[in-house]
Amino acid sequence: MTKPSVLILGGRSDIGLATARAFAAQGHPIRLAARQSALLDPERADIALRHDVDVTLHDFDVLATDSHAAFLDSLPDLPGIAVCAVGAGGDQEESERDSDAAVQVMRTNFEGPAAIFTQLANRFETRGSGTLVGISSVAGERGRATNYVYGSAKAGYTAFLSGLRNRLASKGVHVVTVLPGFVATRMTRDMDLPAALTAQPAEVGAAIAKAVARRKDVIYTRPVWRLIMMIIRNIPEKIFKGMRL
Amino acid sequence: MSGRRKLAGWGRYPVLDARLYQPRDVADVQDLVQRQPGLIARGNGRAYGDSAVNADSTIDMRLLNRMLAFDAERGQLVAEAGVLLGDIIAAFLPRGWFPMVTPGTKFVTLGGAIAADVHGKNHHRDGSFRSCVDWIEVMGADGRITRCSADQDPQLFTHTLGGMGLTGIVIRAALRLRPVQTGWIRQVGHPAANLAAAMEIFETSADATYSVAWIDCLGTGSQLGRSLVMLGEHAVPADLSPEAAEDPLRPPAKGKRTVPFDFPRLALNRWTVRAFNALYYRAGVRNAGAQVVDWDSYFYPLDALQRWNRIYGRQGFAQFQCVLPLARSEAGLTALLQAIAQAGAGSFLAVLKRFGAQNSPFSFPMEGYTLALDFPVTSRTLALLDRLDAIAVANGGRFYLAKDSRMSASTLRASDDRAIAFARMRAEQGWDGRFHSHQSERLSL
Ligand SMILES: Cc1cc2nc3c(=O)[nH]c(=O)nc-3n(C[C@H](O)[C@H](O)[C@H](O)COP(=O)(O)OP(=O)(O)OC[C@H]3O[C@@H](n4cnc5c(N)ncnc54)[C@H](O)[C@@H]3O)c2cc1C
Ligand SMILES: NC(=O)c1ccc[n+]([C@@H]2O[C@H](COP(=O)([O-])OP(=O)(O)OC[C@H]3O[C@@H](n4cnc5c(N)ncnc54)[C@H](OP(=O)(O)O)[C@@H]3O)[C@@H](O)[C@H]2O)c1
Repeated sequence: MTKPSVLILGGRSDIGLATARAFAAQGHPIRLAARQSALLDPERADIALRHDVDVTLHDFDVLATDSHAAFLDSLPDLPGIAVCAVGAGGDQEESERDSDAAVQVMRTNFEGPAAIFTQLANRFETRGSGTLVGISSVAGERGRATNYVYGSAKAGYTAFLSGLRNRLASKGVHVVTVLPGFVATRMTRDMDLPAALTAQPAEVGAAIAKAVARRKDVIYTRPVWRLIMMIIRNIPEKIFKGMRL
Repeated sequence: MSGRRKLAGWGRYPVLDARLYQPRDVADVQDLVQRQPGLIARGNGRAYGDSAVNADSTIDMRLLNRMLAFDAERGQLVAEAGVLLGDIIAAFLPRGWFPMVTPGTKFVTLGGAIAADVHGKNHHRDGSFRSCVDWIEVMGADGRITRCSADQDPQLFTHTLGGMGLTGIVIRAALRLRPVQTGWIRQVGHPAANLAAAMEIFETSADATYSVAWIDCLGTGSQLGRSLVMLGEHAVPADLSPEAAEDPLRPPAKGKRTVPFDFPRLALNRWTVRAFNALYYRAGVRNAGAQVVDWDSYFYPLDALQRWNRIYGRQGFAQFQCVLPLARSEAGLTALLQAIAQAGAGSFLAVLKRFGAQNSPFSFPMEGYTLALDFPVTSRTLALLDRLDAIAVANGGRFYLAKDSRMSASTLRASDDRAIAFARMRAEQGWDGRFHSHQSERLSL
């Protein structure tokens, strides 16, 4: 039996690539979608060679919403699983100075991913099957001075995924929300992250493949972040507003 | 992407303060080469000593680990330097391919295997790692990448193989794999009562694909060099049990164990070593004769015990590995084993292997016998190692830099007249200004 293909939106992302590897190891064909996807040819070759699966590259810009339908039509097949790893950490200070920069961060983390998932959801619903995996962030669980522009966009995306899951639960389509804490990727390469709280991309990839297999709704990576965020969410606003986190 | 930390080789001796960089792609490596006054590449840290450590900048190559192309006609794989041999096996054994030459651990990178020009149990037949490398792409001191092979820039090619990272940074390479029908090895063990008997078995088994002997270093007198010689061949499906023959290229996976903490020193004294050696030898004699074993147990018995280097405790351990020319092998090995037995410093791992002929500018192997053994680091064993060095030198032997952690520059020069030529070549090519390790400085290379 041939396995359904897995579409990775944001195919250059470290988390996206690690997820592709986890699914390729299970024998799924992989579709890597990214801006300037031809530059991913070494990754394509590597995944195909290591796991002996078909891997194809597709140009995709999450902000070019007009082109999303044509992009989906151009895929070799309608994927069984779609993972969105697109995101932009942005520069909080720049976002405070320059509202255009803020809008760019919001669109990349929320509007664009929600737009492509809207189209995929409808196609999956028509087919009556499929899994959508949205990579949001614990940053969306509470706005903080140091990254609330990014965080607010992720909050919007998390709410969108939750609603989508609710809508499609009876239609055979499953939605997984992934809430990473710290992950050692290109996005965070210059930050000094605490090792015990920082996941490696491969860990996140494996957790995603497992969550899909077990039809989990919401996962935190590492799991300890569920507890940390519960505490952070429960700090009274009066106190929270004076804290520096 | 960088940080200061304690770095060591597999022997955990010496431990050095070093800055480690983790480039993610070729552009990052280029940037480092152009920015850092002196640096050394590091693979998976399986060399025993300080060959992959540079205090100012050690470049961890493990993130450059993509497999780029495979030509199934020739069995040629093109891959980046950080790919592990174990990953190559995981990907290609199920399709009927195995490395042509492999060291005793699969946790080495392609770059590390090239830099040390590693040898396997088939050296007498197939030569060292260089015999399966078609070309190498090396980044030089100016950040430019040069592709070299036996025909194209042969100077760079032949010096990079065995050059211990001192000719530049290996970025990519093409290597040929060996077609196999199964993932199993037909092994035959021959007990040998002493050194002469063991050598006799090697000399009459030249056509065996794989051969290696485990020596009980504590045998003395007429039992000096008492050993178990193991010969091996790639099995064909007809050699396998019906169960194994169903999926011959995928032997069942083995469990992994980890040594969870440093053993206290007293765990490893002369008596435990003696008991271990005696047991191992008796078990070997009992199991002598033919057996079919999976590739992992055959080639990489130690890999099943992850981080086994911790059994030697915090002070770490050192390996002695020399090769003696054929004509001087019996006399030299006898003197070495006598010195070891006299010191009573038993070794868990004493391995004897016959090398075939090899002629290369700075690689370790030459025709003759190689002996390798581990010692916990103490002032006593360090003194013994100096004595063993002297015996090897007196018998025309030389030493394996991938195992060395303590030899002096003068010992290297006394043992290997190629060292001066290699150092001169480094100066001429401008490699010495940029690529150096703690080892190369210790050895004045
Ligand atoms: C249990 C065990 C068994 C072993 N058995 C054998 C054996 O049977 N035969 C054998 O030959 N060896 C053997 N070895 C030694 C081992 O194969 C070599 O030390 C090998 O070089 C280790 O590869 P590495 O990737 O860990 O490299 P490291 O140990 O990290 O580095 C080793 C050398 O390679 C250089 N290097 C690494 N990557 C690059 C690169 N990209 N470009 C340029 N230079 C680079 C380093 O500068 C250094 O000089 C064994 C080691 C262990 C621990
Ligand atoms: N790393 C962490 O600590 C962490 C924590 C929580 C959540 N996350 C989330 O995890 C996801 C993956 O991030 P990562 O850590 O793997 O970082 P990453 O490597 O920076 O990945 C982000 C990816 O988004 C892509 N992208 C940005 N704008 C795009 C656009 N307009 N169209 C298409 N693709 C676009 C980028 O592609 P280009 O390469 O083309 O720029 C990049 O590959 C993101 O959603 C991130 O927010 C990460």
